[in-house]
Amino acid sequence: MTDIAAPPARTPSSPGPRAGGPLRNRLLGRNPIGSLFALPYMVFVAVIFAFPLGFACYIAFHDYFFTAPGVEVERPFVGLDNFADVLTDPQVLESFRNTAVFLVINVPLTAVGALVLASALNAGIRWAAAFRVAFYVPYLTASVSLVGVWMLLFSSGGLVNSVLGPLAPDPSWLVNSALAMPSIALYVTWKQLGFYILLYLAALQNIPSELHESAATDGATTLQRFRHVTIPGVRSATTLVLILAIITGANLFTEPYLLTNGGGPDGASTTPVLLIYQQGIQQQNPDTASAIGMLLVIAVGLLSLTANRLTRET
Amino acid sequence: MKFTKTAALVGAATLMLAACSGGSDPADGGNAAPAGTGPIEIWLSNNEAEIAWGEGVVEAWNAENPDQQVTAQEIPAGSSSEEAITAAITAGTAPCLVYNIATAAVSGWVQQGGLVDLTTFDDGASYIEERGGDSTAAYQNDGGYYQLPWKSNPVMVMYNKDLFEQAGLDPENPGMSTYSDFLDGARQLVDSGVQSAIWPSPTNEFYQPWFDFYPLYLAETGGTQLVEDGAATFDNEAGAAVAEFWSTIYSEELAPQEAATDDAMVSGNTAMQLAGPWAITSYGEDVNVGFMPVPTSGGSEEVVTFADSKNISMFTACENQATAWEFLKFSTSAEADGQLLEATGQMPMRVDLAGTYPDYFEANPMYAAFASQTERVADVPSIPNSVEAWQVFREAYSSAVIFGNTSTEEFLSGSAEEITGLVG
Repeated sequence: MTDIAAPPARTPSSPGPRAGGPLRNRLLGRNPIGSLFALPYMVFVAVIFAFPLGFACYIAFHDYFFTAPGVEVERPFVGLDNFADVLTDPQVLESFRNTAVFLVINVPLTAVGALVLASALNAGIRWAAAFRVAFYVPYLTASVSLVGVWMLLFSSGGLVNSVLGPLAPDPSWLVNSALAMPSIALYVTWKQLGFYILLYLAALQNIPSELHESAATDGATTLQRFRHVTIPGVRSATTLVLILAIITGANLFTEPYLLTNGGGPDGASTTPVLLIYQQGIQQQNPDTASAIGMLLVIAVGLLSLTANRLTRET
Repeated sequence: MKFTKTAALVGAATLMLAACSGGSDPADGGNAAPAGTGPIEIWLSNNEAEIAWGEGVVEAWNAENPDQQVTAQEIPAGSSSEEAITAAITAGTAPCLVYNIATAAVSGWVQQGGLVDLTTFDDGASYIEERGGDSTAAYQNDGGYYQLPWKSNPVMVMYNKDLFEQAGLDPENPGMSTYSDFLDGARQLVDSGVQSAIWPSPTNEFYQPWFDFYPLYLAETGGTQLVEDGAATFDNEAGAAVAEFWSTIYSEELAPQEAATDDAMVSGNTAMQLAGPWAITSYGEDVNVGFMPVPTSGGSEEVVTFADSKNISMFTACENQATAWEFLKFSTSAEADGQLLEATGQMPMRVDLAGTYPDYFEANPMYAAFASQTERVADVPSIPNSVEAWQVFREAYSSAVIFGNTSTEEFLSGSAEEITGLVG
């Protein structure tokens, strides 16, 4: 209690310690009113995210079964048994492979497509406002209704195959083991692109125009300016885009559930989240479902970390 | 997993016994029926005709029982009724009665401790068996009735008479009772320009076998369920015949591998569909429909088919179980069943259905075929891990029969072995 911290040097932007002492500062921060404003969101995060995640972790290490209130059953600790079960289940492994295929197509396509389109919009092309709306509408529209449109487009007798004629794949897109996941990746990229374009637009508008002007004065071509000014200038936005695309991609559920008839054909578009739904909700095996969930959290965490490292400024 | 489920079952049984003995006189040894009278809540399916029927029954009950009012509502929204009910059991918010219980889900809810064994009521077993006859035994779990077999929708082949005529098939007597005749007729239909002869949903949900493989398997075997005596039954000649039949349908493109993007029957994109009596009111105005029994390898007019029953269960969260039981009997009386038949066209599961409502079937001859079929139906087996077992079956079936990626022999032997492991 006698260990008193030295007061910070006073600067115009640092008003110095206030009445109340360091203990209160340590507990509530230097702006307690700020903590008060943040409290509702902290409660929200704790109740909606942190507690379920912790509980899912608990379930994954136990032989767990949902029961009606008042029904007391033993739920013994089983260590890594549930993880061993899911890691030796070919269906689970296939679902992770399918997700990898999805991410390999979706994430680069999202980042590149969003940046190129955002740059075009930022350059002041004609009808920019109309394009901006057109790109954003799919993002706002419920996936369930858009899936119906894509089914009409990509079904055997759909518009796409009619246009392709003899070049149409057989079996058709959504029932073709090799094309089902890429079709879903393409759909999700198209649907989400509007959101990522907005992120890039905000980042592009933060790049000082002097940088582009200097580069142009030095004789840089449009492509060179894009490569040496624009791309480095939106690096932090790219990190965000990559991480968000990985997280949303790894949580894929609606599209394989509706577009490819529940992970079809023959499991070619099954995803971990679809299996979590089947095992945890439909089959009432929340323990193995939670184990899949934990593995997914770890995989997404590692991928996000990698994306962050790769795009970090050196 | 098995240990927990067994423990859950024991726990549920203990809870049930405790609940059953809760309001009893100690002198009677704690064997009294569940007690408690007062207001109750019930859930109905979201079928418009069923809701209208339910509201009528509730109104009639409430008029006679002012101190035991019943409130009815639709099952809360979810991707399926079963998910909404499972969540309600876990949260302790289940109603007293639900009028849309699928047999496949019952074993899981019994393990959860969510359902009341209706035999704990003094007249529970006798009421169910007198109303439904011997066939009700198939709806028992561990010797108890956790569901009252309520109504069935026997699955038959519905067909578009106009498309049949266009293809040169006799719409009044298509003569497609054997597999070979059925396949010939299907080829004739597709050759006539119909997109698909028959269009079962090729999606991956666990319940889809009930509308393609299973009705034909029941017909082929005379009513052998998918699992009997703790073992899968379909890895045999009958299972192989049914699998080969459907495999031919898909490999010859008589049915699409994709789900329909609209109602294929209404749009005329398919000439046939497997359906129950509900289809008469659904398609009656748009399509000139006829019905025939599902085919078998040898051909038979009197085949067994899938019942597609929906039943009624009482939930342990119900405080006024005595009222719930009385209302359950009131809503499944001969009078209420007659009103249900009139309103929905679905078949109450009671003995001598045709004889009980002769006027109705005389006035509605198309339903008479279904009434006759109700005497030859079988349901899904009441087994542990039921949903998991059907999901295993569906995935193996899809791989071999719909997409042709594995052989039908592998499908039958592999899935039979896995399912036996799950339910044994």
